[in-house]
Amino acid sequence: MASTLTREQYLELYYYMRLNRELEEQMVRLFRQNKIVGGLYSSFGQEAISVGTAYALGPHDWIAPMIRNIGALLVRGFKPRDILTQHMARYTSPTLGKDGTSHFGDLKTRHVVSPISMLGDLIPVMTGIAMAGRYLGQKIVTMTWIGDGGTSTGVFHEGLNLAATQKAALVLIVENNQWAYSTPVERQVPLRDLADRAKAYGIESAIVDGNDAVAIERTTREAVAHARAGNGPVLIEAKTMRMRGHAQHDAAEYVPKQMLEQWKKRDPLDRYEKFLNENKLWDAKTKKEIDARIAREIQADVEFAENSPFPPPELAGEGVYCEGCHTVEADWKRPKEEVIPPRSSVKARWPPELFTGNGAQPSPGKNAEARSKPAKKSARTPARAKAGR
Amino acid sequence: MAETTYLEAIRQALFEEMGRDPAVVLIGEDVGVYGGAFKVSEGLLEKFGWERVIETPISESAIVGAAVGMSYAGLRPVAEMQFIDFIACCFNQITNFVAKSHYRWGAPVPLVLRGPCGGGVHGGPFHSANPEMYFVHTPGLKVVCPATAYDAKGLLKSAIRDNNPVLFFEHKYLYRRIKENLPESDFTVPLGKAAVRREGRDLTILSYAAMLHTSLEAAGELEKEGIEAEVIDLRTLLPLDRETILASVRKTNKLLVVHEDTRTGGIAGEIAAMVTESAFEDLDGPIRRVTSLDTPVPYAPQLEEYFMPNAAKVVAAARELAHY
Repeated sequence: MASTLTREQYLELYYYMRLNRELEEQMVRLFRQNKIVGGLYSSFGQEAISVGTAYALGPHDWIAPMIRNIGALLVRGFKPRDILTQHMARYTSPTLGKDGTSHFGDLKTRHVVSPISMLGDLIPVMTGIAMAGRYLGQKIVTMTWIGDGGTSTGVFHEGLNLAATQKAALVLIVENNQWAYSTPVERQVPLRDLADRAKAYGIESAIVDGNDAVAIERTTREAVAHARAGNGPVLIEAKTMRMRGHAQHDAAEYVPKQMLEQWKKRDPLDRYEKFLNENKLWDAKTKKEIDARIAREIQADVEFAENSPFPPPELAGEGVYCEGCHTVEADWKRPKEEVIPPRSSVKARWPPELFTGNGAQPSPGKNAEARSKPAKKSARTPARAKAGR
Repeated sequence: MAETTYLEAIRQALFEEMGRDPAVVLIGEDVGVYGGAFKVSEGLLEKFGWERVIETPISESAIVGAAVGMSYAGLRPVAEMQFIDFIACCFNQITNFVAKSHYRWGAPVPLVLRGPCGGGVHGGPFHSANPEMYFVHTPGLKVVCPATAYDAKGLLKSAIRDNNPVLFFEHKYLYRRIKENLPESDFTVPLGKAAVRREGRDLTILSYAAMLHTSLEAAGELEKEGIEAEVIDLRTLLPLDRETILASVRKTNKLLVVHEDTRTGGIAGEIAAMVTESAFEDLDGPIRRVTSLDTPVPYAPQLEEYFMPNAAKVVAAARELAHY
């Protein structure tokens, strides 16, 4: 099979996926010991998506994870202790105990935007970052994830429509895990493929087997290149299965057992190990070493989290406003003169070449003429990989 | 020197801030070629170009969402609501994403969300709203309601330079009805500071936005009856300038709050609670309020006039309070 990754990179993919799973298994144990303060959301069976998609990004790109994207946070450089202390509401957590779960981020270095619980809101936010990135000359791509259920929200559509009209460098991963809490996808969306949502916005899309880490990484890498080249957003539907309940409290008895049994055979980690074996990318010793390293790291970070203090109560009253504690600075990668008059000045009328009657139009800009030509089918357009449904 | 209207003052602030800082961009519906529904942004596209004056689909949630993203990337976006009533469409983005961002994870959101609010122009139930209190009730936001051209310009400039999200409510009744000479210098007006517009000793009338002018008109009438009203312009509703309010109440010992917003849950209630907590001993009468009715804003001029406060209603309430 054609591949672009080095052996080290393939092993790194395994490391993150296994770390993702083992960390969550550890958190289940902590949950049962009442050490997790709030809810616990599992990505068991979806690790290949979080890790494979985030792995396809460059260091300056931006992500905004969803609740089941701990793997993406690990790929961006957050440590198990960050995730553990968040769930355990400790003062050492990235939010100092002010928020839980994966609701944290890092604007300055890791370029991670904290999600909120309301679904779809991240799409316009990441579109805005992509727009700002283009304005600042950064050549960045932004990525966020949404579930099958989240594609029904209004802001999903508003956001994707804006991204499409702006030709924003956004890669949207739709994790179709078949369930929105207790409601099957068939009852939420009148489409067989959620990738078809992209048709309404005239953007590229792809379907990928969400339990195949190699296919996910490769498809996402193509999508990222497509978006980075200025060809507009890409929607990737990753077909997978939520193997646990909506959250730890949910026994998910509404899920047919047969469905779980079928999907268990497609477990992304089992399949990826098989891939590494078949391609002789590792041996038993290497696996043992990586697994041992993961166990050590988790153990050390659990100890760190358990020994961490809870926040001082009076912290509750602090930090509503930014009162000089943060700086706001744009990272300009192009000459500012280009956006300052007189160079920025234009004729305030719609450019005639806009009106070609071809439906969706790009927003006019300096490149309006070039953009209004019919889009060529890009060679980099992500292929519709075989669905895992 | 030509006088500047409230609307022109807002436009000047946008021109000057965009000229001063290339991180400032404008995003909204019809803000470019058309210059905005009220022509507030007229000329900005011509000067600053398509990259900085961004026309969007009719998508209030996406407008605010995109502005949040831009602010995370270090820009200072100014997002426009064509009419402030439509802010209800992006309530979630503002209250959950924007307002909680700094508190939750230390990410400042230096955006300004501005748009025309207010009644008196027969806009009916969906083009006349005063939705400020939804947001005054939301920790993390700043809420600004200018009443004069000077303040509209100076407060908008401060709002754009602020690292926090500022909701900037422009009263559309004032857009072209008031004007004044503005200094040519680069002046700002600080957020969170009220202004004493008229000194008096008999009672304090607190107000903001268009109702400030109604209150000043009433104060002129009251003067003829020998009642000296002190009139205070709140200018910023969140954070509230408690010191200026309390200092005036301690001086006049009587307080009347006038707002165009509806009565229940209006800022008058919060101010009344704050004053009774902090200056109860200084009060020589009940705190009174003149507000709009607890109804949607009606369309017919006769209904709207009945619905809203006016100078006569303010005079009547102030007279009664002064003689209490």
